[in-house]
Amino acid sequence: MKFRVERDVLADAVAWAARTLPARPALPVLAGLVLTAEGDALTLSSFDYEVSARVEIPVAVTTSGTTLVSGRLLADIARSLPAQPVVIESEGTRIVITCGRSTFTLPTLPVEDYPQLPAMPATSGTVEGSLFAAAVAQVAIAAGRDDTLPTLTGIRVEIEGGNIVLAATDRYRLAVREFTWQPDSPKISTNALIPARTLADTAKALASVDQVFIALGDGGAGEGLIGFEGNGRRTTTRLLDGEFPKYRTLLPSEAATIALVDTSELADAVKRVSLVAERNTPVRLAFEGAEVVLRAGTGDDAQASEAVACNIEGDGLEIAFNPTYLLDGLASVDRSIARFSFTQATRPAVLTGLAEASDKPSDEYRYLLMPVRLTG
Amino acid sequence: MSRNQVRRSGGLAQRGPQKHGDDAGCTILHIDMDAFFALVELRTRPELQGKPVIVGGGSRGVVLSATYEARALGVHSAMPMSRARRLAPEAVVIAPDHRRYAEVSRNVMALFNSVTPLVEPLSLDEAFLDISGTIRRLGSPIAIAELIRSRVVDEQGITCSVGIATTKFVAKIASARCKPDGVLVVPADQVLAFLHPLPVAVLWGVGERTEEQLTRLGLYTVGDIANMPVATLRRALGQATGTHLHTLAWGIDPRAVTPHEPEKSISAEETFNQDIDDPELIYAKLLHLADEVGTRVRSAGYVTRTIAIKVRFSDFTTVSRSRTLTSPTDVTQELYETARALYDSLGLERVRVRLVGVRAEGLRSADGAAQQLVLGAPAQGRREAEVAVDALRARFGAGAVLPGRLVERADPADNSTE
Repeated sequence: MKFRVERDVLADAVAWAARTLPARPALPVLAGLVLTAEGDALTLSSFDYEVSARVEIPVAVTTSGTTLVSGRLLADIARSLPAQPVVIESEGTRIVITCGRSTFTLPTLPVEDYPQLPAMPATSGTVEGSLFAAAVAQVAIAAGRDDTLPTLTGIRVEIEGGNIVLAATDRYRLAVREFTWQPDSPKISTNALIPARTLADTAKALASVDQVFIALGDGGAGEGLIGFEGNGRRTTTRLLDGEFPKYRTLLPSEAATIALVDTSELADAVKRVSLVAERNTPVRLAFEGAEVVLRAGTGDDAQASEAVACNIEGDGLEIAFNPTYLLDGLASVDRSIARFSFTQATRPAVLTGLAEASDKPSDEYRYLLMPVRLTG
Repeated sequence: MSRNQVRRSGGLAQRGPQKHGDDAGCTILHIDMDAFFALVELRTRPELQGKPVIVGGGSRGVVLSATYEARALGVHSAMPMSRARRLAPEAVVIAPDHRRYAEVSRNVMALFNSVTPLVEPLSLDEAFLDISGTIRRLGSPIAIAELIRSRVVDEQGITCSVGIATTKFVAKIASARCKPDGVLVVPADQVLAFLHPLPVAVLWGVGERTEEQLTRLGLYTVGDIANMPVATLRRALGQATGTHLHTLAWGIDPRAVTPHEPEKSISAEETFNQDIDDPELIYAKLLHLADEVGTRVRSAGYVTRTIAIKVRFSDFTTVSRSRTLTSPTDVTQELYETARALYDSLGLERVRVRLVGVRAEGLRSADGAAQQLVLGAPAQGRREAEVAVDALRARFGAGAVLPGRLVERADPADNSTE
């Protein structure tokens, strides 16, 4: 195998393929990247039995062939090479990377031991990369990180024709995002549970792509997989099993108090007062009159308070939240005005975003946040 | 512990001056109750005075405490019960009553606190006291030690031993060397003479493995360690351990007596009658232990954030796993679910288990604790039900209400212990 490639093209491609390499591979070969030079293209691929990644780039192939090398090392090298054409050539059980006046020699891994990558499921539709990345990020924040509750580490994807709903919850908050896409069939109706961290990474990596192809396995090839493709890059992820909670019933249908407050002003105030909140102690919010007063710290410990202007409709209310969860929500609404709707101090609050105070409330993004009960 | 000994320790005058020398500057006391659980039991079973008595559980449990009469027969704490019964067939075995021990412990700790505010409890039955501020008020360290000892006998009916020294670890070694019912002072200028002939295992931080390493180096006594170049020790044992042991061997221990909450964790563990590999039986035992720990956590007014399990296999290898919760809890159900998840995460398949334990760590007062509510959970939940069960048990006894799977069936094949 021998080929010549531009340094930037190589570095980008290696970074994409190496992104999903396992930190502690179950088999030594899984730490490798497969390089296949054929025709006038180089394919780089990785797979850890959960996630596969594959990217194809144009190169000038002198001799075609396939080899397997340490992905981590290749990524580090590709990133550090000078901006000059790179020549990669295999020599027996090694490959030699030459770029300008630097030369690297890497041992190869037994490519015949490398598992077959799963087949990409058939495409189901497309979505704009930046929209998809933003929507996934807004939801992934609420996904659980506790591997003992695997269902909650996923993002639920519900597809009904041209609409997609993403939802994630760790039992303390729930994020729901709705957006539209371009399905191949307007009659499509399906759902899937995708590992949140993988989906967030994938969506972010494809954010600059105009059109992301989404491929949901539906029986036959690619069953239990979801694939994403854009700009010559594709990745598949194994879906999670399990029943996602019936979250729609959790969304309150009524509100006793509505509060509108400047998102960044409130976020800054929460950050300030929670400086005195010890780990896992809440920040209390008292909505009354034309302001919300934030307080943290109790008893003999350090205390802080701050008032933020606020437009309140309905009854006054005092409610307490885990400051991290509240900040996650404020960071995700992605609008200048945060709209809270409350029923009781022990019932979930719904946080949505508004561009203007006069706008109609929208259900495009909802962040449901369970309060903290103060005892004693 | 014989009645005789208890009576003898009752009066200061009869005791007379013991083998203690100059106590000047010896401001650290290590006080250790003698055969604590066993002597607490003897208070209400005076007919057992002078007899070998063992506190422990089941035929396969371990010895938790034994009177000195039983110890004379070779019984010691943590010994498997079956072995203890062979060594002391005539011994009376009493099932432990942790609630009573906790109560006596509280009283003893309160007594210590009336002597000095600088009390650092190590467990239910031992504590360090720093009496530097008390000497002016109550007299010499020896006088203070004797005062505490006579008050413990008078008020609690049990005896204790006191080590007096200039540092914590020397005081602790001293108390172990004057048991039972004794006092030992290690004067400041005698520390090295006292320490150096002792075996290396007395040093704080020397367990089985380090002892083995030291023996391989030909180091048997504390003096051997002291006279070994520190660089060699560090090379052999690692930077930290080497330095640490060398410092201790020269009698240096800068740790101060730091008062803290007596209970940092609440735990319960149990050895099976026979090694078990049936996950259902292990789950049932975890539930039983979680129930016990949960009840104790609630009755002490605590919440816990970290839950740990301990599993000992038939070959005595032991593993521990712990998980920190998002929000503190005192709910048995949550303790059980976490313990069970921790057990499942070990991925055991038909491995024979000898013992399991459940521990609640990171205890804090439930007052003012904030409870992160869970989406979709009923406002009145498990916790309210468990508090109601606590009340029923307080009135009708521990067996009044049990989780369904813990109800003993008439089936004789049922394996659960006690």
